[in-house]
Amino acid sequence: MTRNGLLRGGAFVAAGIAFPLLFNAAWLVNIGILTLMYAALAVSWNLFSGFTGYITLGQVAFFGLGAYSLGITFEHFGIGSGYNPFYVLPIVGACVAFASLPVAWIALRTRAMTFAIVTLTLLFIVQQLAFNLHSLTHGSSGLMLPTPTTFGVDNYDRPFYYAMLGLVLLALLICWGILRSKLGLMLLSIREDEEKARGLGIRVTGTKLVAWWLHVFVTAMVGGVWAYYLTFIYPESSVDPLVMIGAVLMTFLGGRGTLWGPVVGALVLVPAQQYMLIHLGGSQLYLVGYAAVFMVVLLVLPRGIIPSIRDGVVRTRERQRTRGGAAKAAV
Amino acid sequence: MTALLEIDGLTKRFGGVTAVDACSFTVPAGSVTALVGPNGSGKTTAFNLITGYARADAGAVRFDGAAVRRPDPIRLARSGLTRTFQQARIFPDLTLVENMVAALQQPWTSVFTRAVRRPERERALELLDEFGIARLADERAGNLSYGQKKLLEFAAVLMGDPRLVLLDEPTAGVNPVLVDQIEERIRELNARGLTFLVVEHNMNLVMRLCDPVVVLAQGTKLAEGRPDEVRNDPRVLDAYLGG
Amino acid sequence: MHQVIQAVILGLLIGGVYALMASGLTLVFGIMRVINVAQGALVILAAYLSYALFSHAHVDPFLSVLIVTPAMFVLGVLVQIVFVRSLRGDDAEELSLLVTWALALGIEGVLSVIFKTTYRATSPSYADKTLTVFGYQVQFVRLMAFVGSAALLLVLSLLLTRTKFGRAVRATVQNPTAATLLGVDANRVQTLSFGLGVSMAAAAGAVYGVIYPFNPGSHYDLISRLLSIVVLGGLGSLGGAVVAALVMGVTEAVVAVEWQPTWASFSYFIVLIVVLLIRPQGIFGVRERAL
Ligand SMILES: Nc1ncnc2c1ncn2[C@@H]1O[C@H](COP(=O)(O)OP(=O)(O)OP(=O)(O)O)[C@@H](O)[C@H]1O
Ligand SMILES: [Mg+2]
Repeated sequence: MTRNGLLRGGAFVAAGIAFPLLFNAAWLVNIGILTLMYAALAVSWNLFSGFTGYITLGQVAFFGLGAYSLGITFEHFGIGSGYNPFYVLPIVGACVAFASLPVAWIALRTRAMTFAIVTLTLLFIVQQLAFNLHSLTHGSSGLMLPTPTTFGVDNYDRPFYYAMLGLVLLALLICWGILRSKLGLMLLSIREDEEKARGLGIRVTGTKLVAWWLHVFVTAMVGGVWAYYLTFIYPESSVDPLVMIGAVLMTFLGGRGTLWGPVVGALVLVPAQQYMLIHLGGSQLYLVGYAAVFMVVLLVLPRGIIPSIRDGVVRTRERQRTRGGAAKAAV
Repeated sequence: MTALLEIDGLTKRFGGVTAVDACSFTVPAGSVTALVGPNGSGKTTAFNLITGYARADAGAVRFDGAAVRRPDPIRLARSGLTRTFQQARIFPDLTLVENMVAALQQPWTSVFTRAVRRPERERALELLDEFGIARLADERAGNLSYGQKKLLEFAAVLMGDPRLVLLDEPTAGVNPVLVDQIEERIRELNARGLTFLVVEHNMNLVMRLCDPVVVLAQGTKLAEGRPDEVRNDPRVLDAYLGG
Repeated sequence: MHQVIQAVILGLLIGGVYALMASGLTLVFGIMRVINVAQGALVILAAYLSYALFSHAHVDPFLSVLIVTPAMFVLGVLVQIVFVRSLRGDDAEELSLLVTWALALGIEGVLSVIFKTTYRATSPSYADKTLTVFGYQVQFVRLMAFVGSAALLLVLSLLLTRTKFGRAVRATVQNPTAATLLGVDANRVQTLSFGLGVSMAAAAGAVYGVIYPFNPGSHYDLISRLLSIVVLGGLGSLGGAVVAALVMGVTEAVVAVEWQPTWASFSYFIVLIVVLLIRPQGIFGVRERAL
């Protein structure tokens, strides 16, 4: 890890831990939780789509599956309340991720655009399942999870906040590890030229499935924490296309394929989104505002903040270098 | 000499065009075999069929004595048959060393290990050095000149220790200095036991370097034999001059 | 058996309308590799326009097609020029997916502000009329919608095969570079085809409101169907889109009567997944290969 990387990571962790201790107004912590939730989703979206170049629009289906899996586990296995459900999360995440592999395998047989559409279809399939599998999900009347009584009233939100923070860090750690590993090298070569990668003997499908598994693993856990936090979930809210597009937008805004891009995107957009929701929510105008922000990001900054800044830095450096060279030549 | 690659009756149609038409030839083990023919005679298509990038309508391919039922680029590369492309294909956003290491065939157990381990880097540098581009090792591959990209692509396919390399016009669009370099590389690697099948338009180079030479015209094999035999074959002259 | 045949008839009639919507989507993809996720929202927009014309000016919904379609054609042209054309670079395709999604959100937002989120339906006097043919019941409006859609699809195919514009379009689909070399103005073809694709949505939308109740959020349901139709048919294939739309209509209708209506569209998604398992490129698609 470079020194800069360590500093950046350290600063993020410190700020993340300190935030709810400094600002303990419930609404602020609530926005903090949402920001972290979107950050975790965006980082794990990036972990698959940013690194492979295959755009998935079905991520939120696994968010919903995670949410429902935790809810159903509560109902049928009495995992208790308090902190226990958090310990069950990794199992939920891993199960959802394994269960998603066959579908992912089918979807990955198709190429870029078709893949995006097929994954979007997954989103609607899972939403329908949530409506229709009444005995498990209670359909449109929604599923209740027990409210944890042990967390106290004053700092009720904190455990959820730290759980989300933990998931963001986990997702970042996975991305960081991938970027340094053979897996990352293989994924990047697939993103750049998949046919060529096949010709070199890279097992492209298996490699993509590993990245897919990891992204679903994190996503499903995020869904689980979210469900436990809200204690009430229903099909439209747990498999919400708006959440999907939010995570994608944040990744685009921050910069695809970068480590910190999705986090930056979430830090900018979630507070903005919440602001719009509060001020325009009643009139449905927030959708228009959201669409406008979206358009601006895509049309003005399609490559994202971090790559744009990086390019700017490189260009300035080069300009300085050539200017220095010219000066020397003049002497 | 035993045949390393045997092509039998290979056929591929694109709509009305028969790009490769019942084509049969063999690549003897240890040879540098040339595949020549006028533009559009089906050389690249033949490569695509052999390496599994396109599905043949008919015909059979045998590699190293075993029939290749459904040619698949991944499996073939892993069993020692690899290729380069007519338009050099490299990973532009990766560095040269990363390009080289990406071409190493990895077992599943090593996907979570470091991207570039020290011995792998050393091996990559060694090969890059042989190709004269070691000083660019940590450059972005996208910044290379076209000729250098061809060298990199060639060097990279060697990382996996193949037994047969298919080169699609290795010297096209490359400056003369690099052409000599490529010729020398092929010679040296061949001396070390590597077999080549080369598509090449530079006839002087083919005559110097290759034996046997296979001539394609309109998808069918016109001649196959020693370079001097083929050169004096009137049908070959016709095919080149007539069209 | 009677019930099944009745369901098949119903499914074919509905499938025809979806075929019209999906043909616009797949046409646009074939020409400019853009998936218009807003196609569903545009259908709903047209449904509202036709609804407004009907309730305020008493224009018959089937006649309103003649007003709504040209208006939406202009809208489509503008959208292409403002939003889609400016996308450049190697991930323009993916970006277009997101830009048109944003457009869909915008349309949904505007419609929610103007019309609120209650469900509406355009109900002319003949809305409940049914005909009986050989003992099978056929709702009059659905029959009309099917006939109208089929007629428009016929017009579209004539436009593509018989006119100079159509030849330019087909040339662009087959080989964009060659088409440009032959003097086809790619920008013009793209803009006009996008407008054409949107008009398909518009025409279908005007009658959609007569068949189904709708609200601004209905576009999600629509787009999920439309996208799966074009993928099932094979992206870019007009004939594929029509066949896939009919397959969807029939599958849903039969499952609805033989099993349960709630599983109808789910069963169609399963058909999609199974087909993709066997043919990743869709029924009539060509394999995309980057060589
Ligand atoms: N994907 C394809 N679709 C349709 N026709 C094709 C396709 N690929 C090749 N062809 C046709 O097949 C024939 C053989 O092409 P190929 O590229 O194999 O020739 P080549 O011998 O490699 O030519 P060159 O020396 O120019 O590289 C040509 O007529 C070409 O137009
Ligand atoms: Mg060729």
